Amino acid sequence: MALLHVIVVGAGAPLLVGSLRTLKARLTGRRGAPVWQPYLDLRKLFGKTPVVSVTTSWVFRATPYVLAATTVVAALAAPVLSSRPPLGFAGIILVMYLFLLGTFFLALAGLDAGSAFGGMGSSRAVAVAALAEPTVILAVFALSLQASTTNLGGVVERLAGDPQLALNPAHLLAFAAFFIVMLAEAGRLPVDNPATHLELTMIHEAMVLEYSGRYLALVEWTSAMKLLLFLTLLANLFFPWGVPHVRTPVAILLGTAALVGKLAVLTTALAVLETSIAKLRLFRVPELLAGSFALALLSVTAVFLLR
Amino acid sequence: MALAGYVLAILLGAGGAAVGGAGMLGHVWHVSWPWLVPLGGLALEMDRLGGLFVALVGATSVPVSIYAVGYAGRERRGVLAYLVFVAAMLLVPVAANTMTFAIAWELMSLASYLMVVQHRTRESAHAGWVYAVMTHAALACWLAGMLLVGAWTGSARFADWAAPMSALDAGARSLAWALLAAGFLVKAGAVPAHVWLPLAHPAAPSHVSALMSGVMLKLGVYGVVRASFTWLGPAPVWWGATLLLLGAVAAVSGVLYALADRDLKRLLAYSSVENVGIVLIGVGAALAFQASAAGPLALVALVAALYHVVNHAAFKSLLFMAAGGVVRATGTRDLEAMGGLVHRMPWTAAAFFLGAAAIAALPPLNGFVSEWLMFQALLQNVRLPMPALNLVFTVAIAALALTGGLAVACFVKAYGIAFLALPRTESAASAREMPGSMRLGMAVAALACVALAVGAAGVVATLAPIAETLVPDAASVSTRGGLTVDVSSGFATLSMPAVAIALVGAFLLPLLGLTLARARPSPRRYETWGCGRLLQTARMEYTATAFANPFTRVFDFVYRPVARLDIDAHPDSRFFVQRIAYDNAPRFVVDEWLYRPAGRALRALARRAAAIQSGSPNRYLAYVLAALLLLLVLT
Amino acid sequence: MERLGAQLARQVRARFGRSLHIRQVDAGSCNGCELEITGLTGPHYDLERFGLHFVASPRHADCLLVTGPVTRNMAEALRHTYNATPDPKLVIAAGDCAGDGGIFAGSYAVVGGVSAIVPVDALIRGCPPSPARLLAGLLDALGRRR
Repeated sequence: MALLHVIVVGAGAPLLVGSLRTLKARLTGRRGAPVWQPYLDLRKLFGKTPVVSVTTSWVFRATPYVLAATTVVAALAAPVLSSRPPLGFAGIILVMYLFLLGTFFLALAGLDAGSAFGGMGSSRAVAVAALAEPTVILAVFALSLQASTTNLGGVVERLAGDPQLALNPAHLLAFAAFFIVMLAEAGRLPVDNPATHLELTMIHEAMVLEYSGRYLALVEWTSAMKLLLFLTLLANLFFPWGVPHVRTPVAILLGTAALVGKLAVLTTALAVLETSIAKLRLFRVPELLAGSFALALLSVTAVFLLR
Repeated sequence: MALAGYVLAILLGAGGAAVGGAGMLGHVWHVSWPWLVPLGGLALEMDRLGGLFVALVGATSVPVSIYAVGYAGRERRGVLAYLVFVAAMLLVPVAANTMTFAIAWELMSLASYLMVVQHRTRESAHAGWVYAVMTHAALACWLAGMLLVGAWTGSARFADWAAPMSALDAGARSLAWALLAAGFLVKAGAVPAHVWLPLAHPAAPSHVSALMSGVMLKLGVYGVVRASFTWLGPAPVWWGATLLLLGAVAAVSGVLYALADRDLKRLLAYSSVENVGIVLIGVGAALAFQASAAGPLALVALVAALYHVVNHAAFKSLLFMAAGGVVRATGTRDLEAMGGLVHRMPWTAAAFFLGAAAIAALPPLNGFVSEWLMFQALLQNVRLPMPALNLVFTVAIAALALTGGLAVACFVKAYGIAFLALPRTESAASAREMPGSMRLGMAVAALACVALAVGAAGVVATLAPIAETLVPDAASVSTRGGLTVDVSSGFATLSMPAVAIALVGAFLLPLLGLTLARARPSPRRYETWGCGRLLQTARMEYTATAFANPFTRVFDFVYRPVARLDIDAHPDSRFFVQRIAYDNAPRFVVDEWLYRPAGRALRALARRAAAIQSGSPNRYLAYVLAALLLLLVLT
Repeated sequence: MERLGAQLARQVRARFGRSLHIRQVDAGSCNGCELEITGLTGPHYDLERFGLHFVASPRHADCLLVTGPVTRNMAEALRHTYNATPDPKLVIAAGDCAGDGGIFAGSYAVVGGVSAIVPVDALIRGCPPSPARLLAGLLDALGRRR
């Protein structure tokens, strides 16, 4: 079961990123690369000999593996295929702090090379991550209030029993807040442009400018897995119908199909969003995150009022 | 000679840890010498909570004293004060009456004052002065509170206070609580009474800073816990709400000021303010829950707070020890003058790294467990009946989440700027690793951090009975199989060993996979990519001020920074810029709005009152006559 | 355009046939070639559909697309960029200037052709080469038919 989780998340992530890129290309009038292009990129990267800067230390070379570790453990903890993930005891706080562990190491790796780009990327990345934290926890609070547990599987199971959930304003507000946090944490427009070449506009990319070969492959792969996990959390926590509560093969298959469907909707929405709006100025991003915090606060208030 | 003193301190610490440990597990005892000192005599009483704090003092003193052997073993100055300091701190939690408590507390404060001013610089003299004034103002506060309670209950022994105090009306109890809490909160370093912390902790030698931050602040928290839960009977809700809000403010402002600081030890001192704030959030939440008859939730919050107390002692002492090594090796506390130390001082760097990851509450280390427990306690506040209280809790949850994120940023900055990349000055380039005893002390503290993390279930199982002595009737935090922590019967569960094993396994998995597939060619070494520039020097690295810039801009309403830009041009032409100096230092709101006006008002008052000292004997005789007449009339 | 040796071509096709990350280096060009290269990313030529992709850092790149006669001031920078690129890598020179200095050949400021600084695997001639020519050259270097 654990292996299945890792395979689905690991193998599905490049496909997700590839389809997002192709969709964005089609929306802007181009043909774009095929949806399986990230797999080809990764395979090529694993075959290259990395170049490592002489000013770096063990932190630089350990970070890609740490990122892999945190994303894999988060994949084991998230209710991807069923409401009983392998690390069944995990709550969203554990998952969020696992991502923070990855950000911690990546930010240090950015500073390690001693270039101004890396330092700038690190500084901005930890600022965005820090400002997104209160929103995440409040959105979790709203969910856990309705489900009486912070355990992810528990939230999925208990919320699935309420068919009127999608109409609940508190729930929708929490979804909106979490969506904005997803944009911030996964480094998508309008917070960060993953396809930019201008270092002064980079947040996540600036930290990985020094990586090459297998290290870059791991960093890119785990970045895609992080996006997949965030979208999965958005899909399965806020719209928990279709997530099986048992672990029989048929149920898992149906659950995977439901997840693919939900992810397709979310990916399309994300592609449309990214092609419609421009990246925010860096010092407007805190305003966006403050707005998402206000949404989360409203969501919590709504839960209390509607009790 | 000094060496023997520190070795004695190690033994003292170990003994204290043993005695405290026995007390934690239930071996309570009491002993008294009524004839030794006036006003009640010397009385010691060990109970579970006292045992926890004695064990904490002792256990933290051991690695710090081992470290001190190498750090200060050659200097005679400060050894005696250190021993007195440790001994006094061991006595405070077991003091059973006002007199004993006051003696132990004063010894602790005096000893630490002597060590703060040990280096005999202007900075340490000022730090010592502020510390002495604040600590004695605090003493006046809580001593007044204790004497008041003593007068109302008719006994100076703490154990005799709970029953009579419960019978008094809320106003009197709240007055006593306010005095006691105010006094202890100053010692704990809660905002707005924290101003002595960022002055005293950097000025003191590093082993002393480690103990002051790691343990002495916790004794302030100990006083608050005793006053709120044990001595004054059942607490009303607003006590808890006040502590909760104070803790939230302290946590956020502490970490914000730490982020903006370029002095390594002052950064750690502000981080201590933040962590004390987190502990106060837990204590306040426990108090509020208990006052609202939600005993099980109070237990969870209290266990979280006590766990954080223990954790902070472990990782803060580790951080201060590592920082001391860095300061000793580079000769400076300024982050902007360090860099590249991970290559020159690998062990110290590893120790600081572990401490930084632990204090940033990252799994699988111990900071994460206590923060997780705290969240679980706060997230259940829906069971409280009052909406106003729900709002306060929501604010606290948001504050705790924000400090979690900001702490990660702060320690990325501290470790990244100090240790990584290239050295920024000559002294950083010629730094050397610390001697063995210092490394051993750091290693012991690092091991403690890891043990407290992986053994989370064991720690919770040990802390729960202690918390139950303060919040009876609850059983909401339990452990399963010695590995899993279970909060409120399934609201949340956590198995730290599983997380640790999963992380280590997932770390090794790609490594092993790539090695087996023979897809791990050795990397080629080359320069950092700098867009083709010809030279890489330390001037091109990111600075600490630059790293904190996004935060300084976003939170400028807190920092209210003053930017200074000095541009030196060539004497012959103002278009040839030779040097630019930029500084963006924060101003401290508490200093400007509270202490400076208060200081000015006090001085104005003193100037007016000085008119009494006219120097004329006739006037003094007139004062004596007036006082005599007044006494005769009034009595 | 000049071709790669047969064995190198096979290796290149195997490794990079379907995914090539290109870092464009301007070694003192007049920017005429850059304008044509920019056209490659638009909807008309769209090099992404062949798996080609421009990247910002040479560490991420498999191929350096160098334009311009290498000026003296850019010689060292070009060498740094080449050394910063991980192996295995290609260098494709674009434009007449990149080949032998073009119209700037012999100038006091020019070292003379990319091959004077770094080993070149392929050359796309033209002044400037049109986007179609550039694309054909890139695909030819990868051993793929359009």
